[in-house]
Amino acid sequence: MTTLDVNGKKLETDASPDTPLLWVLRDNLNLTGTKFGCGMAQCGACTVHIDGRATRSCVLPISGLEGKKITTIENVGAEAVGKAVQEAWIAENVAQCGYCQSGQIMSATALLAGNKQPTDADIDAAMTGNICRCATYVRIRAAIKRAAAALA
Amino acid sequence: MNDKQNAFTGSIVHADSLPDFNRRGLLKAGAGLTLAVMAGPVLTACAEKGAGTAATGGPLAPGAFVRIGADNVVTVTARNAEIGQGIYTGLSTLIADELDADWSQVVVEAAPANPAVYGNPAFGPNMQGTGGSNSIASSWDAMRQAGATARTLLVAAAAQEWKVPAGEITVSKGVVSHAGKNKSAKFGELVGVAAKLPVPKDVQLKDPKAYTLIGKDAARVDAVAKSTGTAVYTQDIKLPGMLVAVVIAPPRFGATLKRFDAAAAKAMPGVSDVVAFKHSVRDGVAVLAKDYWTAKKARELVKVEWDESQAYKLSTEKQFAEYKALAAKPGVEAHKEGDVAKSGAVRYVEAAYEFPYLAHAAMEPLNCVAHITANGCELWTGAQLQSMDQGMTAALLGIKPEQVKINTLFAGGSFGRRSNPKSDFVQEAVAIAKAGGNGKPVKLVWSREDDMRGGFYRPAFFHTLKAGIDAKGELVSWQHRLVGQSILEGTPLMPPGLPIDPLSVEGAANMPYAVPNLLVDVHTPKSPVTVQWWRSVGSTHTAFSTESFLDEVARATKKDPVELRRSLLAKHPHHLEALNLAAEKAGWGTPLAKGRARGVAVHECFGSVVAQVVEVTQLAANKYKVDRVVCGVHCGRQVNPNIVAMQVESAIGLGLGAAISGGITLKDGAVVQSNFHDYPVLRMNQMPAVEVHVVASEDKPTGIGEPGLPPIGPAVANAIALLSGKPLRKLPFSTAGVSFA
Ligand code: FES
Ligand code: FES
Repeated sequence: MTTLDVNGKKLETDASPDTPLLWVLRDNLNLTGTKFGCGMAQCGACTVHIDGRATRSCVLPISGLEGKKITTIENVGAEAVGKAVQEAWIAENVAQCGYCQSGQIMSATALLAGNKQPTDADIDAAMTGNICRCATYVRIRAAIKRAAAALA
Repeated sequence: MNDKQNAFTGSIVHADSLPDFNRRGLLKAGAGLTLAVMAGPVLTACAEKGAGTAATGGPLAPGAFVRIGADNVVTVTARNAEIGQGIYTGLSTLIADELDADWSQVVVEAAPANPAVYGNPAFGPNMQGTGGSNSIASSWDAMRQAGATARTLLVAAAAQEWKVPAGEITVSKGVVSHAGKNKSAKFGELVGVAAKLPVPKDVQLKDPKAYTLIGKDAARVDAVAKSTGTAVYTQDIKLPGMLVAVVIAPPRFGATLKRFDAAAAKAMPGVSDVVAFKHSVRDGVAVLAKDYWTAKKARELVKVEWDESQAYKLSTEKQFAEYKALAAKPGVEAHKEGDVAKSGAVRYVEAAYEFPYLAHAAMEPLNCVAHITANGCELWTGAQLQSMDQGMTAALLGIKPEQVKINTLFAGGSFGRRSNPKSDFVQEAVAIAKAGGNGKPVKLVWSREDDMRGGFYRPAFFHTLKAGIDAKGELVSWQHRLVGQSILEGTPLMPPGLPIDPLSVEGAANMPYAVPNLLVDVHTPKSPVTVQWWRSVGSTHTAFSTESFLDEVARATKKDPVELRRSLLAKHPHHLEALNLAAEKAGWGTPLAKGRARGVAVHECFGSVVAQVVEVTQLAANKYKVDRVVCGVHCGRQVNPNIVAMQVESAIGLGLGAAISGGITLKDGAVVQSNFHDYPVLRMNQMPAVEVHVVASEDKPTGIGEPGLPPIGPAVANAIALLSGKPLRKLPFSTAGVSFA
C-alpha cells in the first residue's frame, strides 16, 4: 500500500510502486482530469503539481511520492492562482478539443505562482513542454496574461 | 442507456451546468471552486434536465434536434461530433436564436447513432458523421427550422392560453410575452400545452437583422467542462467490470500474426487474458487487464511471431524514387483546358515537390470502449463516422447495424482520424471484446506509439509542375502531375464509376488561376500502407505545390506575387476579396526591416477561401521565425466569429507544424517515428501571432474547420524563398536543415 497526499486528502493505493502517478490517479483514484498524451514526458497532458511544481506524472513512479503534496486539475481551483487561471481560460474560450487543457492549466498555474508578471519569453519557457494539437497557443498566451492581470 | 449512464458519459454540457460559473464563464462573486461542487452535481443534474413532469406535461420535442422541458432547459441534440471545432456551440446557436431562447438555458447532448434521423445531409442518405467542414453549412437551414418550429408552438400555446392573436406575442431570452394583456411565461410553463399542438410544416425564419446570437460571439458551451478537467473523453470511461486492452500490432503493414506465447504475461496478477484478434484492417495480439499499466507491462512479456511474406518493406527514399519514375509518364487526366503543347510558350519554369506521410497525432491517442451483450454491442468513443462504425461493428459480429449503440463522446482531437473509412480502431475494440471480453466491457487504449504507427496517414505525394511563359512574360500553360495513393479506393465511400479519386487532385484540378492551357493528371500507386484524410485532405499538398510554384513563376517573370494572383483571379470574386483583405491588413508592399520578408498564399476548400500573408524573420543562415499571419477569409455568414477565428488559428498551428517538421517515414517498411520526440509538432514558442479578418457576407455559411490550413505552408515557404533565395520544395522543411524558433 502506498499513501498519497492528493488534493489535500490521504489516499491509499495498492498499485505496484513502479506505477506512474498518472495511472494511479486515473485508474485507481478515479481522478481522470489529468490526461494521458504520450507517456514519455513529451506533451505535458499529464501535468500535476508536486509540492507546487509542475511535473509530468506519466514518468513519475509513485514509490517516491509519499509525503509529497500532489495537486491535480480537480483541485487546482481551490487556490487563488489556479482559480484565476481557470476563469481566464473560460473567458478567453481557450479550449477546443480540450484534451490538453488540464495540463496547460497546471503548467500556467505553476508559472504564475512563481512569476506574477511573466513576459512572452517566460510564457514560452514555461509552456513549450505542453503540446496543444488544436494549437490554442494564441489564446493560452492571452489567458495567462489575463490571469496575471486579475491577480495583480 | 438510462439517464444515469448518460450523465456518466458527460455528453451533456453547458457552461451554466457548473454552479460556480455564469454564462460568460466568470466566477460569481464569493463562490467557492471545489472539486465537490464541480464534478458531482453537474453531470447528473444535467441528465435529469429537459424532462416533462406529470403536473406540467411536456417536454416539447417537435422533431429530433431540440427538446424543451418543464424546467426551462432547452436541450439541443447534436448530430455532429464535437472534436474541438466548436460545433456543439454552433448548432445550439442556430436553434437558440430562432427559438429566442436565453443562451444560459441551453444544454447539448450527443445524438445517438441513428442515421435515418441524425444523418449528415451533406454525406448523402443515411450517413451519420462529421467532416468536410460541412457541419454548419449542412445544418444552417435544418437547425434554424428546428428552433423556429419550437418557437411557433410555444407562441401558439401562449395564444391559446391567453386568448390573444399569435401575431401579438413576442419572445425574447426564453420568455414569451403579450404586452397588451401584460402576460408573460417562461418556456417551461408552456411546454405542456405546446406539446399537444400539431407541429407546423412551414415556419417563418427570422430576418437576419433580428438575429440575437448568430453572428455574435456566444460563449462555447464546453468551455467550463474543458477548463476544469470534468469533460469526459473515451479515455475517461470506466464501466463496472471493464477491462483495459493494449495491443501488439503488426510491425509492418501487411504482416499477419503467426503465433504468440503469452504464458509469462498471463501469469501476471491483474491480467485477465491475452488473445489474438482479427478485423478487416489487421490482426494482432491484445492483452486484457484490470488497468492500463498492468496491461502495458504484461504486453512486454508476450512473444509474437509474424508472417511478413506479404508485408510492405520499402523505405521512404525508395518509395519516392518509384513515385519520381511514375511522374515521368503521363497519368490519368483529371482536368484539361486548351492544349499545353500549343500554348505559344517560349520558356518554362519547372519544379517538383515531395510530401511525406503525416500522422494525425491528435492529443488523445485512439481508443474505444466496446461491450458485447446479448442484444448487440454498445460503444463509447469519440465517434466521428457513426454509420461506418455501426456497419463495421455489425459485420464483425454478424448482427444488424441498429443493434450497435454508440455513445458519442468528446474527442480529444481528430483532424480526420476518428472518421476512419474502415472504422479501424472501433473494429479493433470490438474484435478484442469478442475474443477476450467474456461479456465484459473492454476499453482499447492505444499508446502514443501505437497511435503514431497505426497507419491511416495523409498519403505521401510527389508533384511535378511546369509553367509555360510566352514572349510577353505571360503565364500561358500550367501542367500539374500528382503521384500518390488514393484515400477512397477500396472503401465503401469511393464514388462508383470515377476513374480517379477526387480527393487526390482536389485543389489542383480546380486550381483557380486563369491559364489558357491547363493539364492536371494523376498516378495512383497502390500500397499496403493505410491512408486517410487529414485536415483539409488533398489541399494539404495541392495548395502547397500550386501556391509556391506560382511564386516561382512570379519570380521568373519579375512580378509581384499578390499582383500576379490578382491578375489571374478575375473570375473568382471570393478569392479576390479574401486576398485583397489579407494584403491590405498585412500592409503588403510596405517596407520591412532587413532579414524579414512576407509571403502570400490563397486557397479555396470546403466552399471557403482563405488568404494568408505571413511575416518571417531570418534569425540565422537556416533559422527562421514566423512572426505574424494575417488572414483574409471568405466563409459566408459567420455564425460565431470568435469560433471562426479559433478554427483559423488552429488550422494555422497544425499546418505550420506539419510544414516545418511533420513527417512519417518508413525504413524497410517499418514506421520510424513513434512519439513526439521524433514526430515534432508545433509548440507554444513557434506559434505566430494570428489576425483573422473576415469578408462581410450574407451568403450561407461555408466551411471553416479546415480551410485555414492549406495556405500556411506555402505562404511561409514563399517568404523564406525571398530571404534565402532557395525555394523549399520538400516537406517538411526540416529535411532541408531549416529550423524555426
Ligand atoms: S503524457 Fe506525460 S508528458 Fe505526455
Ligand atoms: S485543445 Fe485540443 S489539444 Fe489542446
